[in-house]
Amino acid sequence: MSAVLAASRQGGRHPGINLGPAHRDADESAEELLFGFWVFLMSDAIVFGCLFATYVIMLPSTAGGPGPRDIFEIRSAFIETMALLFSSFTYGMASLSLKYGPSAGPLVAWTLVTAILGGTFLRFEVMDFLSAFEKGAGPDSSGFASAYFALVPLHGLHVTFGIVWMIALLVQLWVYGVDKDVKLGFLRLGLFWHFLDIVWVAIFSIVYLGGLA
Amino acid sequence: MDWRYFWLGRLSLEWLPFWDAVRHPNVDTIVNDVIATFAASLVIIGAVVVAGLITWFGRWRQLWSEWLTSVDHKKIGVMYIVLAFVMMARAIVEAALMRTQQSFGLYGGFLSAHHFGQLFTTHGTIMIFFMGMPFLTGVINYVMPLQIGARDVSFPVMNSVSLGLTAAGAALVMISLVIGKFSTGGWSGYPPYTETAFNGGVGPDYWIWAVTLSSLGSMMTGVNFAVTVYKKRAPGMHFMRLPLFTWTALCTAILMIFAMPPLTVATLLLALDRYLGFHFFTNDGGGNMMNYANLFWMFGHPEVYILILPSFGVYSEVFSTFSGKTLYGYVSLVLATMAIAVLSFTVWVHHFFTMGQSPDINAAFGVATMLIGVPTGVKVYNWLWTMFRGRVRFTAPIVYGLGFMMLFVIGGMSGVMLANPTIDYQVHNTLFLVAHFHNVLIPGLLTGMLAAYHFWFPKAFGFRLNEKWGLIAAFCWIVGFMLAFFPLYALGLLGFPRRTLAYTDPQFLPYMLIAGAGACVVLAAFASLVIQLRVSIRDRGLNRVPVGDPWDGRSLEWSVSAPPPEYNFAFLPRVTSRDAFAVAKDNGTAYRRPEKFEDIEMPKNSALGFILCVSGFLIAFGLVWRMWWLVVLAGIAAFGAIVVRGFVRDATRIIPASEVEETYINWLREVAAAQPATRGEEFEPTNEGLAAHPFVEAPQ
Repeated sequence: MSAVLAASRQGGRHPGINLGPAHRDADESAEELLFGFWVFLMSDAIVFGCLFATYVIMLPSTAGGPGPRDIFEIRSAFIETMALLFSSFTYGMASLSLKYGPSAGPLVAWTLVTAILGGTFLRFEVMDFLSAFEKGAGPDSSGFASAYFALVPLHGLHVTFGIVWMIALLVQLWVYGVDKDVKLGFLRLGLFWHFLDIVWVAIFSIVYLGGLA
Repeated sequence: MDWRYFWLGRLSLEWLPFWDAVRHPNVDTIVNDVIATFAASLVIIGAVVVAGLITWFGRWRQLWSEWLTSVDHKKIGVMYIVLAFVMMARAIVEAALMRTQQSFGLYGGFLSAHHFGQLFTTHGTIMIFFMGMPFLTGVINYVMPLQIGARDVSFPVMNSVSLGLTAAGAALVMISLVIGKFSTGGWSGYPPYTETAFNGGVGPDYWIWAVTLSSLGSMMTGVNFAVTVYKKRAPGMHFMRLPLFTWTALCTAILMIFAMPPLTVATLLLALDRYLGFHFFTNDGGGNMMNYANLFWMFGHPEVYILILPSFGVYSEVFSTFSGKTLYGYVSLVLATMAIAVLSFTVWVHHFFTMGQSPDINAAFGVATMLIGVPTGVKVYNWLWTMFRGRVRFTAPIVYGLGFMMLFVIGGMSGVMLANPTIDYQVHNTLFLVAHFHNVLIPGLLTGMLAAYHFWFPKAFGFRLNEKWGLIAAFCWIVGFMLAFFPLYALGLLGFPRRTLAYTDPQFLPYMLIAGAGACVVLAAFASLVIQLRVSIRDRGLNRVPVGDPWDGRSLEWSVSAPPPEYNFAFLPRVTSRDAFAVAKDNGTAYRRPEKFEDIEMPKNSALGFILCVSGFLIAFGLVWRMWWLVVLAGIAAFGAIVVRGFVRDATRIIPASEVEETYINWLREVAAAQPATRGEEFEPTNEGLAAHPFVEAPQ
């Protein structure tokens, strides 16, 4: 175990992907920044935790309106899950390109693929919301619908923000090349993106599967 | 299309504070509106006078480049504390007004119920979010990086953003005096009362957005402080060598990280209910207001310890420094602080014992609550033993400290009583509760922060505060507090409900009159602080402490000049023990000259904090009044500023070694020229901040 730890810390002290000796300057300032971002994610996780608890409490509060069985389509949720999980994989490829890639090309390509998969996720999610509205299950219809429309769109907003961040980083990369700040930006975005994946796994399990169970 | 509604939303002249009296003049509306209009004009006059003075002295450029865009943790700390004092002035006047109303409250009084409701809501909201939080955040900002031997916090720009968001929230509370009404729902804003069905006006919206802005700022502050303590300690500054104030700062930061999100969630869900017709906490549609109570107090109880722990840290430094002794039982104090931080997450249900859980749940939370008394008791004994056989100097901070120890134990005892659900059922929602939480928060937050203000003021500005007026203020705070709040215990036991405008039972009257007199003494205490500041600035030539160690301090912040240079330390200190500076003075290694100086890299100024302050305020203002164009425009500005900040590359500047050396050598010359001051001449002009070697007879 300690050997693994030692290996993972070789060339860098920060928690996250090691940039290695070729990126010494980024490596040294990375530790504080990345640790800070981890701490922020812990705080954000509490936000989602509160909303999950609210959802579970409000699940029976349909007030005579449509319930989970009336509005959830597991097929669409499954497509969203696949898109997001796959985007985490492609972002992993982007991170590896950042570390090992001889040029910025693969990094840009994998980031674009990730952004497209994120967009696909959002497209299906928005369809879910529209169909819920059509079935009369807008957020004003019941406590259950309120809880659903607070938790799931908040995750969607995070994904939207992540995509905007990707675009901003790609523009930075275009302007400055793969400099220290771009590298640190991609590292933090990676944490953020994988965090959203984990939150989505919880949403799929608790909101969709839990709601339909 | 209704263009007037498009541009102004709900905003209209009817929301001016004197409108009622103009439309329906009678004694009632005239009295209330005169008071409200007077308060509103104070806000406007205050703003105009400040702007005028800055223009008169031609200081706008300096204000912008040295303060508003500064990312120096020391300046940000000072700005937080200035904000806290401004807001404190308003909230104290409101408190005095409420006490006056209740003194005249037999069969009526002079305030309307709505006015009274706004008073207790703004008083509580300000004292918690815009006095207490900014004050402790400011003190930690100033002191903690100096204590750990760091040059700044981990994220200096984010620090200025946190300040900006807090200030935006405070500005929202202030503007609500001028236009519109604030919430009448209390500082906790419980629905369903604060839902649209019962409160369609702008009051709860003002409350929601002010608190939301402040909670976002505090969350970022927590991240910043925690990372700073974890990652920026000087070489050798192990965790068990941290000054106790830094320990409490760390615990406070951790609590902020985990306790602020539930508040943000609670206020935003309430906003969804109010703005988009969601059903989280409504009476109908499957809403569940108990969920709000849980979310709010999952924030609210840790918040109590966010407020109190920094003061515990301050008192630890004060007792140790002014007794000339090392802190007694350092390890147990650290453990007690951590225990309190952990336990604070396990007790939130005690805020609503009467709201329908089973007795078993109440019992479990009651026991957990009482448990917190144990580590707190440990601390009190530690402070007592710190003073034991020390040569205690009765300075203003230690007078605050002694008052704190006596009063806080009483407040803690009444807290243990309230922790028992059977007793809580009798006195909940009475003035007994009001007496209890003021009895812990005034000694445990306010006077602690005032002690910190006295203690570290000479470090920040290079001259001491006037001691005579400091002592007068301290005595007035302590006596005024006792007069104003001890009668409330009796009133609560007699069954007087909190937040009550008037009463018909004459037996309440004597207690109310004593409490009213106490409020006058508290006002005198605040006035003494104002006079003290005025006198101290006038006499600053006699009180200068350029060497930087006026109290024979023990931790690293006293080892640098007063005020410290922007980069704090010309060279990073190497720490080998607790009480690093006291040990250095004993060993004769203080004030040494390093072999060589190095360039220092410091962050450049950034306007991001100011831009987010203004745009955050405008977003909130637009949301309150439904001016959607303003929300969109300010939102774009805020978002754009954040994206643009990502493109900034040249964010640091280098202070050359030669400049560092020159400043340091000049300071060493002042050190060499200064006469060492004994503790007997602490308040004499001869105390230039160089401490004579301390009492040999006190155990070190």
